[in-house]
Amino acid sequence: MKKILLLGSGALKIGEAGEFDYSGSQALKALREEGIRSVLINPNIATVQTSEGIADKIYYLPVTPEFVEKVIEKERPDGILLSFGGQTALNCGVALHRAGVLERYGVAVLGTPVQAIIDTEDREIFSARLAEIGVKTPRSIAAASIDEALAAAATLGFPVIVRAAFTLGGLGSGFCSSMEELRVLVASAFSYSPQVLVEESLKGWKEVEYEVVRDRYDNCITVCNMENVDPLGIHTGESIVVAPSQTLSNSEYHKLRAIAIRIIRHVGIVGECNVQYALDPDSEDYRVIEVNARLSRSSALASKATGYPLAFVAAKLGLGYGLHEIKNSVTRVTTACFEPALDYVVCKIPRWDLNKFEGVSKLIGSSMKSVGEIMAIGRTFEEAIQKGIRMIGQGMHGFVCNQVRIRDVDEELVNPTDARLFALAAAFERGYPVEKIHDMTKIDRWFLQRLENIHLLKQALAAVEGEPGRALLLKAKRYGFSDFQVGRLVIRDPALSPHEKMLRARALRVSLGVLPVVKQIDTLAGEYPAMTNYLYLTYNGDEHDILHEDDRRSVIVLGSGAYRIGSSVEFDWCGVSALDTIRERGYRSVMINYNPETVSTDYDTCDRLYFDELSFERVMDIVELERPRGVILSTGGQIPNNLAMRLHGQGVPILGTSPLSIDRAEDRQKFSSMCDALGIDQPRWSELTSMDDLLAFVDRVGFPVLIRPSYVLSGAAMNVVSNREELRYFLDLAAEVSKEHPVVVSEFIEQAKEVEIDAVAREGEILAYAISEHVEFAGVHSGDATIVFPAQKLYMETIRRVKRIARDIARALAISGPFNIQFLAKDNDIKVIECNLRASRSFPFVSKVLKYNFIDLATRVMLGEEAEPLHRSIFDLDYVGVKASQFSFARLLKADPVLGVDMASTGEVGCIGENYYEAILKSMLSVGHRVPERAILISSGPARSKVELLNSTRMLLEKGYTVLATGGTARFLEENGIRVDTLYWPDEAREPNVMRYLRERKVDLVINIPKDHTPRELDNGYKIRRAAVDYNIPLITNARLASAFIYAICKVDPAEVAIKSWDEY
Amino acid sequence: MLEDGTTFEGTSFGHERSVAGEVVFYTAMTGYPESLTDPSYKGQILVPTYPMIGNYGVPVDDEEGGISKFFESDRIHCSALVISDYSARYSHWNSRCSLGDWLKQERVPGLFGIDTRALTRRLREHGAMKGKVLFDEDEIPFYDPNVDHIVASVSTRRVIEYGAGRYRVILVDCGVKNNILRCLLKRDVRVKRVPWDYDFTNEACDGIFLSNGPGDPALCEATIAHVRRMLDRDTPIMGICLGNQIMARAAGADTYKLKYGHRSHNQPVIRPGHSRCYITSQNHGFAIDEQTLPPGWEPLFVNANDGTNEGIRHVSKPFFSAQFHPEAASGPVDTEFLFDDFIAAMSGTRGTF
Repeated sequence: MKKILLLGSGALKIGEAGEFDYSGSQALKALREEGIRSVLINPNIATVQTSEGIADKIYYLPVTPEFVEKVIEKERPDGILLSFGGQTALNCGVALHRAGVLERYGVAVLGTPVQAIIDTEDREIFSARLAEIGVKTPRSIAAASIDEALAAAATLGFPVIVRAAFTLGGLGSGFCSSMEELRVLVASAFSYSPQVLVEESLKGWKEVEYEVVRDRYDNCITVCNMENVDPLGIHTGESIVVAPSQTLSNSEYHKLRAIAIRIIRHVGIVGECNVQYALDPDSEDYRVIEVNARLSRSSALASKATGYPLAFVAAKLGLGYGLHEIKNSVTRVTTACFEPALDYVVCKIPRWDLNKFEGVSKLIGSSMKSVGEIMAIGRTFEEAIQKGIRMIGQGMHGFVCNQVRIRDVDEELVNPTDARLFALAAAFERGYPVEKIHDMTKIDRWFLQRLENIHLLKQALAAVEGEPGRALLLKAKRYGFSDFQVGRLVIRDPALSPHEKMLRARALRVSLGVLPVVKQIDTLAGEYPAMTNYLYLTYNGDEHDILHEDDRRSVIVLGSGAYRIGSSVEFDWCGVSALDTIRERGYRSVMINYNPETVSTDYDTCDRLYFDELSFERVMDIVELERPRGVILSTGGQIPNNLAMRLHGQGVPILGTSPLSIDRAEDRQKFSSMCDALGIDQPRWSELTSMDDLLAFVDRVGFPVLIRPSYVLSGAAMNVVSNREELRYFLDLAAEVSKEHPVVVSEFIEQAKEVEIDAVAREGEILAYAISEHVEFAGVHSGDATIVFPAQKLYMETIRRVKRIARDIARALAISGPFNIQFLAKDNDIKVIECNLRASRSFPFVSKVLKYNFIDLATRVMLGEEAEPLHRSIFDLDYVGVKASQFSFARLLKADPVLGVDMASTGEVGCIGENYYEAILKSMLSVGHRVPERAILISSGPARSKVELLNSTRMLLEKGYTVLATGGTARFLEENGIRVDTLYWPDEAREPNVMRYLRERKVDLVINIPKDHTPRELDNGYKIRRAAVDYNIPLITNARLASAFIYAICKVDPAEVAIKSWDEY
Repeated sequence: MLEDGTTFEGTSFGHERSVAGEVVFYTAMTGYPESLTDPSYKGQILVPTYPMIGNYGVPVDDEEGGISKFFESDRIHCSALVISDYSARYSHWNSRCSLGDWLKQERVPGLFGIDTRALTRRLREHGAMKGKVLFDEDEIPFYDPNVDHIVASVSTRRVIEYGAGRYRVILVDCGVKNNILRCLLKRDVRVKRVPWDYDFTNEACDGIFLSNGPGDPALCEATIAHVRRMLDRDTPIMGICLGNQIMARAAGADTYKLKYGHRSHNQPVIRPGHSRCYITSQNHGFAIDEQTLPPGWEPLFVNANDGTNEGIRHVSKPFFSAQFHPEAASGPVDTEFLFDDFIAAMSGTRGTF
């Protein structure tokens, strides 16, 4: 094997996120170690794996059979790795195999054979294969009539689950515990579907997973087992998960382990796979629910939970090594053929962002909706879960001491939503006993007992008179209480702010000698000496595992925490780039982060990894131990940025731009006065002081206006409002989100271009910059917008002004490090809308398109090292980069797939093209769009969009496409001399109706531009958009983007698209 | 308190009585009921490295065919249990009481709130140490179980017969775990369990099984002498753990004390010259010195981590033994096939090797 192709997973989406950057990076590292040339296809330009020095060749191209075949044709690899890029890579690989492409080019599939993958992917084959070795899967019987269904239930025994085949969103499905219930449900199910599946119900069973590894010598190990706190029925991606299992006896643990090994042998996997079980809570009975023949989210979690580099090992096994021939990379002396022993517990908690979506169902269940996750490490479950709840980053302080209102606790316990943890806390608060909660939730009593311990300790703390003693304080810390929680419970001086109470609680415990200790994760629970740098902090211990050198060589980089809408892999790339530079410049690179899906939490990436909270408290603990040269908080997005002033207040050395400047940029008032002084224009704005003032302001500038709280990322609670009623509603919402920072209302300028500058400065002098523009007009959040770099359609004068303003701001704030400014440009009128004194989401994109690492430069500046200014001009680039957004609406049942000022995308890609349209085409195909074959449906919404789409419609017709339009659009086109077929609105019971066309998939692309907020428009528009998403028909809801895409498909022939690797540009 | 003077302070959750013993750590994450009733832990103060213990309580005490279904013997053998965090409340369908209540019934001390990782690191660096669990102002001497003949105290005092299978096996009980009995019985074996010093050399049987047990193998002179006599014959012999060491000593090899032993569920053992590696359950403080193996004997397994011997066999006769625990309980069951090999040897068919 000389050259191997690895498929990545493309843009981050719900169900396929950063974990594949981690597993792909590990696999590429393994190839490099073997001296094998690697070729990577992944359009996700913000990932670490698509950075320099990891793969030998990188193609920012869609991971689709067509493009991959072209790359194979060009590169002629000897082998291909399919299991490191999630379902995307696996599906693509299976398609290439079926089409005979791999055979034709003599490309060997390394590791698990394709047949084994197919066996595990197809439910029927899968059950049959497992039955061959006597392994149980859930029993299921198909029925075509009510009588058949009743007979099936009689065979299976109640309770049963009924699933209607061929329907969307679980229509006609449900749970039955008697013949009567079944009769009713099945009768309704048959109205949707000609067939139903009657399945045995495993409701309330425990869900347990094993990560299994096998080599070609048939050596098998299980690296980790994990137990879901939530019972079966809640997707493992939506569950709180602990590792190792907590409630399984030895015989249960090893019974399931032995079955996992039998399965991996029988299926013939070489590498890694994941086996998911349902386990009866009242016996040792079990069912195998799923086998994933690839690296998965669970395997990334297992790697981080144990310190065992699953992906790295799986890649080596794919190359033909035996497990016993690979060394344990933590101890470096013992073998990789072993099973890690943990002397701590980890707790994974999902992060949801459901508030960002209009109309979405908040119930959690069998499909995944979470956008990220965290992993917390502790030596008690209480410690781990309380840490974890804080890490999620939604303003919670732990299991208790939150101000959350649960409307209907009982309902929430039975039908959980994203707030269920807090419903549990509320239930304890109401005095519900463990047994009752167990009955309602089916969560194992053990977890509930432990959660109740937290609740009881909270009550004990709240009942303390005067100051709590050392023993109680120590117990609180051992149960994971933060200083903030303790402060809230025991410091009762009403004159103190929460932050001051926290500082008081901290001082008290320090004075009593209640301090955390640093422990190592070493894969062997201390059995062998390990040089591991993988660390966490706990109060369940008396001594540190490591000595801190106190040599001022440590530089701490704060990570970006849980992936969420608005902050994901791009900040991981920034963090990792900073660590690389720190290490290269001879300092000790120290990372604090807790996201198991990242590369920055790979202990290989830095000299010391604290897998722990990014809270003020924990960062201070670590700073006190490390006594670093400085802390970098400008590469981790908004979480570290928000700590700037508080850390500064404690005298922590912050590298780069002064926290005082950060505050000046973040605080609207201060920033605005500065802009005024510099003569920089901004949209008119006002801070909410009184409603009267505000209304006066709105009267002055006119609707629409933009509302947002200061100090937030990704437009949380940001909204454009067009009338007084909406204004009042959204003001309440914004006030909820950020209590400490005031709400700001500003003028909203329509039809303006949005321009961004990403730059690095040293002591106020700009060393490098990149100016990009959005395809969409202002009003679409910059995280959702399609971004073009270098900007292709700006006036020279606009660019000149943008540069000048950036230079003035950099000087005024004495910026040393990365920053980003967003502008509105209308004609040549430039207004500043936002300024962030940190790396922005687009840093990896512009760095890679420009082939110049902005973070490396920024880190050098912050370290006070030599840094050469970038001399290359954007005019030297004879290619174009386009960053496009990935949406995950299909996963978000009922959510309205429209874009606004609040960010909704879950990921992005960046592609490079010979010209603008080629880059647009590549990037749109990378986020799931397809070149339409025949028909395109257009409802072009407001008059302006109608005009925008006029020319593109003409082009489509010239290209021979069929254009279908809804009433108004068709009339408008007709008036402009274009004849198209009209489809009726969903609420018009007339044919040809748009809904039937969608259902029958007679449309290849839907362009639906939301018009106004009248109920009828909303309802019809929503139905079309939602149907497009549910029937998997590509959808575009922005006229500018639609027009750009249509131009691209009409001007560029996909067959002629350049297949060029990054280094060939 | 450790013999080097280090002290740790914890909270009692078991029987309150000061005890002394050898302090050992084990890194398994499950199986405390099995480990506590494992006679090999006799005289030892047990330190699980997994921090939360007691989660699933203590199983019901059912018997099947004269053997406890869920325990490895009829009582707790270790001297004390020292852990980080104790689950006072527990949850499992098969549990009858909490770990603390069980320790109290069995009059065994238990401590929680100890930095077991710090304790483990100390044991790893200094080797297994003598230690004491002290209550209040008690003063008791240190105690080293390895100089005592503790096998005698855990071995059966009388001959017991189990099952009615086809193969007649004499099980030499040096502190046998119930799962060895279970593994034999389910393979069509009739077991005659005899005391450690019982002279079985003149009894008719199809095979001899040397059990696990506590302490220094050198002290089991009577057993070693009996086995030595059998090595001239052709009756299949299998040994586990202490039984492995007895086999080696009977053959003429030496055994020695490991610094801190292997006590875990994750020990990889490799067949020399092969690419097969097995994950095994282990609990031993002594090992065979491979260099002293006499001609006619060869290593059967070697530890893939530290290279220590994990089993031996005779090159031509049906004698083999394993240092690890193929019967598991607790731990992985990947090497249970060794029992099949023993049966194969008795039936004259070919086994795995």
